[in-house]
Amino acid sequence: MTAKTAVAIASLALTVGASSCLRFYDIGIETPIQAKLDVSAFQRVLILGFLAGGSKDVDPNTETVRLLRSQLRTKSDLKVVDSDVLSLVDEVDRRRRAAGEVPVTDPAAAPQASDEPKIMNERDLQEYEAIFADVDYWKRVGEEYQAPLIITGSVLFTDVQRSGMVTRSQETLDQYGRRAVTDVRRYEDRKGYALVPKFIFIDGRTGVQLYSESFREETLYSASNNTPPLSSYFELMDRLLPGFLSTLSTQKVKGTRTLLR
Amino acid sequence: MANSSTLFSRKVAFASVLALALALLSTAPVSADRRADARSQVDFGIELAQKGLWKEAEFRWEKAVELDPTYGSAWNNLGIAYEQQGKFAEAKKAYDKAMAIDPKNNFIRQNYDMFMEIYDRQNRRRNS
Repeated sequence: MTAKTAVAIASLALTVGASSCLRFYDIGIETPIQAKLDVSAFQRVLILGFLAGGSKDVDPNTETVRLLRSQLRTKSDLKVVDSDVLSLVDEVDRRRRAAGEVPVTDPAAAPQASDEPKIMNERDLQEYEAIFADVDYWKRVGEEYQAPLIITGSVLFTDVQRSGMVTRSQETLDQYGRRAVTDVRRYEDRKGYALVPKFIFIDGRTGVQLYSESFREETLYSASNNTPPLSSYFELMDRLLPGFLSTLSTQKVKGTRTLLR
Repeated sequence: MANSSTLFSRKVAFASVLALALALLSTAPVSADRRADARSQVDFGIELAQKGLWKEAEFRWEKAVELDPTYGSAWNNLGIAYEQQGKFAEAKKAYDKAMAIDPKNNFIRQNYDMFMEIYDRQNRRRNS
């Protein structure tokens, strides 16, 4: 028997011995995290519309309604009610006119470009937010759609511009041709978008607010970068969707644990 | 008189020794057997868990801790099974037991810390 054979046999024996004496086993687990809201009383969910504004390049109301409906269709047990997307901004103005009051955004008082959103910032939004506390209105909506869980709220998608020092990694070659990466700080103009949604969950049977949750996400690019606003909108929504979905459905957290003998 | 007293003392001493012997007989060998049984339950539970049969694994590890309540590894595994099934209160109790029995075991500590992170998050959500 050569030395090589002896070493091979010894290592095999050691491997077999070690595996039979193994006292711990790593195992993947998925821990279920309960939904924030108990929606067991509802079979249907209605996403009617949002108070939306900010950038004129994207219609945050329509995009948010579409996106949330498609997400809930695949990631929730609730049946998503199909309906036309309602502009809550127009609804508030219409109701004010009907009540003989001046609409929040009176075209006669402040003429606006036709494509300019009526809500530009959070201050504008406050003028409309009283609709969420109108229990009778939401109860009527609930009755119309057979008492579903109603999801509404506000979505602001605004342009952001910032200037400041930015740190970037830069690759350099020294005199011997060796590569090195160094952090370089420089002043830069940056632009991007901020997405500030507030999701409100209303009981369609009573019109009462059950729960609300606010998010804020922002993305910035170099001023020379021409990222389409709609791409940025979806990028930002992607970040906050898990938080939204965890309100309604159980989420699973993947992890590894060690089983012991 | 003295004789009857001595006889009584002897009887008492004999009864005590007998009781002690019986107690030792009833615990020592059974304890070893129970420990061995608990160990085989733990091993079987591990096989089941590796196949994704967590409910069955949980049953095996519950048996194991019933047979030997001082078996830290069984409590640890039971904690994992409960956690996987979203039984947070039970998992916490099982991990706490494992930690109390074997506080220096790094594997148990690591499992416990990772579980507590999720446990605290879940509690924060419930309270918000």
